[in-house]
Amino acid sequence: MSLLEVRNLRVTFDTETGLVQAVRGVSFSLGHERLGIVGESGSGKTMTGRAVLRLIRPPGRIEADAMTFDGQDILHASEREMRALRGKRIGMVMQDPKYSLNPVMTVGRQLTEGLRLRDGLGRADATAKAIAALEAVQIRDPGRVMDAYPHELSGGMGQRVMIAMMLIPEPELLIADEPTSALDVTVQAEVLSILDRLVRDRGMGLIFISHDLRLVARFCDRVLVMHKGLVVEEIAASRLLDAKHPYTKGLLNCLPRIGGPRGPLPVLDRAGI
Amino acid sequence: MTSTPAPPPRNRLLPVVTQILLGLGTLAITLLGLLLITFVIARVVPTDPVLSIVGERATEAQIAAIREKLGLDLPLWQQFFIYVWDAMRGDLGTSIKTGAPVASEIARYFPATLELATLGTIFGTLVGVPAGVLAATRPGSIADQIVRVVGLMGYSMPVFWLGLIGLLVFYGQLDWVSGPGRLDPTYDMMMEFTLTSYTGMILIDSALNGAWDVFGNAVSHIILPAGLLGYVSMAYISRMTRSFMMNELGQEYITTARVKGMPEWRVVWVHAMKNVAVPLITVIALSYAYLLEGSVLTETIFAWPGLGSYITDALFSADMPAVLGGTVVVGVVFVTLNMASDILYRLVDPRART
Amino acid sequence: MTALRAWLSDPNPASRRQARLGQAWLAWQRIQRNRLAMAGLIIVAILLLVAAFAPLIAPHDPLTQDLTRRLLPPGTPGNLLGTDDFGRDILSRIIYGARITLYIIALVAVTAPVLGLLIGTVAGYFGGWIDAILMRVTDIFLAFPRLILALALVAVLGPGIENAVLAIALTAWPPYARVARAETLTVRSSDYIAAIRLQGAGAPRIIAGHVVPMCLPSVIIRVTLDMAGVILIAAGLGFLGLGVLPPTPEWGLMISSGRKYLFEQWWVATMPGLAIFIVSLGFNLLGDGLRDVLDPRSASR
Ligand SMILES: Nc1ncnc2c1ncn2[C@@H]1O[C@H](COP(=O)(O)OP(=O)(O)OP(=O)(O)O)[C@@H](O)[C@H]1O
Ligand SMILES: [Mg+2]
Repeated sequence: MSLLEVRNLRVTFDTETGLVQAVRGVSFSLGHERLGIVGESGSGKTMTGRAVLRLIRPPGRIEADAMTFDGQDILHASEREMRALRGKRIGMVMQDPKYSLNPVMTVGRQLTEGLRLRDGLGRADATAKAIAALEAVQIRDPGRVMDAYPHELSGGMGQRVMIAMMLIPEPELLIADEPTSALDVTVQAEVLSILDRLVRDRGMGLIFISHDLRLVARFCDRVLVMHKGLVVEEIAASRLLDAKHPYTKGLLNCLPRIGGPRGPLPVLDRAGI
Repeated sequence: MTSTPAPPPRNRLLPVVTQILLGLGTLAITLLGLLLITFVIARVVPTDPVLSIVGERATEAQIAAIREKLGLDLPLWQQFFIYVWDAMRGDLGTSIKTGAPVASEIARYFPATLELATLGTIFGTLVGVPAGVLAATRPGSIADQIVRVVGLMGYSMPVFWLGLIGLLVFYGQLDWVSGPGRLDPTYDMMMEFTLTSYTGMILIDSALNGAWDVFGNAVSHIILPAGLLGYVSMAYISRMTRSFMMNELGQEYITTARVKGMPEWRVVWVHAMKNVAVPLITVIALSYAYLLEGSVLTETIFAWPGLGSYITDALFSADMPAVLGGTVVVGVVFVTLNMASDILYRLVDPRART
Repeated sequence: MTALRAWLSDPNPASRRQARLGQAWLAWQRIQRNRLAMAGLIIVAILLLVAAFAPLIAPHDPLTQDLTRRLLPPGTPGNLLGTDDFGRDILSRIIYGARITLYIIALVAVTAPVLGLLIGTVAGYFGGWIDAILMRVTDIFLAFPRLILALALVAVLGPGIENAVLAIALTAWPPYARVARAETLTVRSSDYIAAIRLQGAGAPRIIAGHVVPMCLPSVIIRVTLDMAGVILIAAGLGFLGLGVLPPTPEWGLMISSGRKYLFEQWWVATMPGLAIFIVSLGFNLLGDGLRDVLDPRSASR
């Protein structure tokens, strides 16, 4: 049985200048596997991920024919039921750690608040868990990072903090929005292998959003190619490099510069190939 | 290359100290400018301060003697220097009307104003912040419209007229509160002769003395003017809270908190509020300063023996040293409040500390 | 009419003027959709009309006393809002008072921004220590509580409408200086200013001819937003007896004279206050809407 089932998802923004259709009918299903979503900037990748958590803000609207998680209807679930899913069972690594961490709360408080509030853990237990999670994403000095404020972290560290934060509750489904764009290769490899282990050993479902076609081709099982809010191609990752659809081909052709590389990775990657 | 860049050193207080020192420098310059303005105003007064002391019929010699005594024969810059020096020592001149030092008179009047403005700010904050948050979390709703209109009305109300209407309705018609003044005359006597004065603020002093009947009477007097000033400050605070909160609720970290499954009250009141608090401190300090100013007019309505009454009374008896002394004091309070909010801002916002 | 509308909302304007008028047309349409702003605009328009046609509208002369008709309550035939302690018609006095209010805010709106523009543009254009000193002075004036400074100034200058205006203007200019300086800084380094300078134009000409016009729009918005505050301060001065002198029907002064009769003849003090409140609310609503329209960031999302 599939973990997540999305049928004909649409996300619409009612703006002053008219309707903006960010997602225009996306369907896919996800098992305990690694699903990649690629597409150029503004193609609706992030909005698709957020729609699954029902976290599109007004004036945005979510419509779909069906959306189920683990057999539960999440299209019509109450806000309360959604809150029970969020964080605990479905996590989402947010795209830009610079804006996605609360600037006036220490990293430690942001990491432990879920544990303390939701799971009722004591301060010491929660801190120990958070530190373990930071170590898992290769942060050398977790004690220090716990006391730091987000603006004191580099982009790569912020990204790892974000990943650690979402992995702490051990979700069944993780939506990772460009989780490794600011990491250098070795750390990236380490983070990917953590995610990989979670999928393989614990059966976590993973939606991996990225600009980086080669990375997705290597890391994921299946890939959705999005363009202007539509899925133009769904393809096994191993066959991505000889995709049929003209848009995917176009993406592949201009590979080194898709949407502008965000980290040092593509350069190094190219050297590696 | 995998090494994590180390976070900056843990000692976060050092930059704060330098900033405070820098701020104090600015404060000194601003205060000097303030004194220069009042000095200039004082020098262009058409009424000759000497004549008002000796009277119209003084001889030349008498006038010259007084001039010398007041330092009016010195060059202007020296006069200014002396003026600043005196002000620094807390000497704001002598009241023409009473012959008492202006500074000590103001010290007697100021607690009443402080009590009123403080209570007003507390009311304004307690109502204004939740109202602003309510409006921001439901933009466009009826609640939002109400907060907006009620706020704009507070902006548009002449505060002295509001005081009159308040008296007319709550004292004259409904008789829910006591009338003008800080206390009924009997309690006033009690306050003066049997109770120890610690702060000059009746609410605090009577509570410290355990004189609860005095306290109750003081409450019945202060509730109306403080409530009205509170409304004025609420108008400002709720508007600013709404706009700050709207801004924060649009940020990405709010979505992160929701992704983590945090309940909405926590998203708003903890995650967003911690960020709103930073600029809100400045707003509350500013509105406190405005209430001190607004009290000038309110106090005349409520016969409130505070700084505002002192200044207006002095105005009508052409007592310029008293008027300017009061102006300087209000200016200093203004500047100091600004300064304090600036420092607090830096303490609260981790980004401003480094 | 429809042709004009099409021309205004043409997405591909043919001329610069069409583009600019099109922008204004868009802004006007957005204001029209904002009901509160329209209410404000209507109130301000009514104020202008009432002031302009006061002699035609007012049922009585604002100064004529009739001691046999003292302190009549509102609703009395012939005296809709009642009469004051000298038997003068309150409605007529309020109508004529609109002229005084308008006179004061017009004078302040003409003087304070000019002073602010001068200081702000000079500071921004020359930069360096001139800028540092002028901005320090601006900050000092900003640090002063406005009403109290105005009080002290009027106390020195003596009461009277022109002195009140002067005192208000002297306390109102700093924000304009700030705005003007910010605008000047953005245009100062632009190419066309450099070109004019190369043609040999002196600083005064460049500032007056080219920098000031660039600052005007933002200053004008600021003026609208400030008008309510000016009305309140003017009324406050009037109330304290430091503005216009009796028997001029100034609203603040009228409240002050009605104070004695507050509990028995409430209308004497209440009515003029209501007028102040409504007019300043009108300016606030209008300014609020203008800001929403002209600053898209603050528009409700
Ligand atoms: N609040 C909004 N109002 C109007 N349109 C919006 C809003 N938020 C997003 N959009 C639109 O939704 C579309 C999809 O955005 P989305 O963030 O999903 O793109 P993306 O594929 O994640 O791009 P990127 O790779 O840059 O992150 C964009 O074209 C954007 O214009
Ligand atoms: Mg995105």
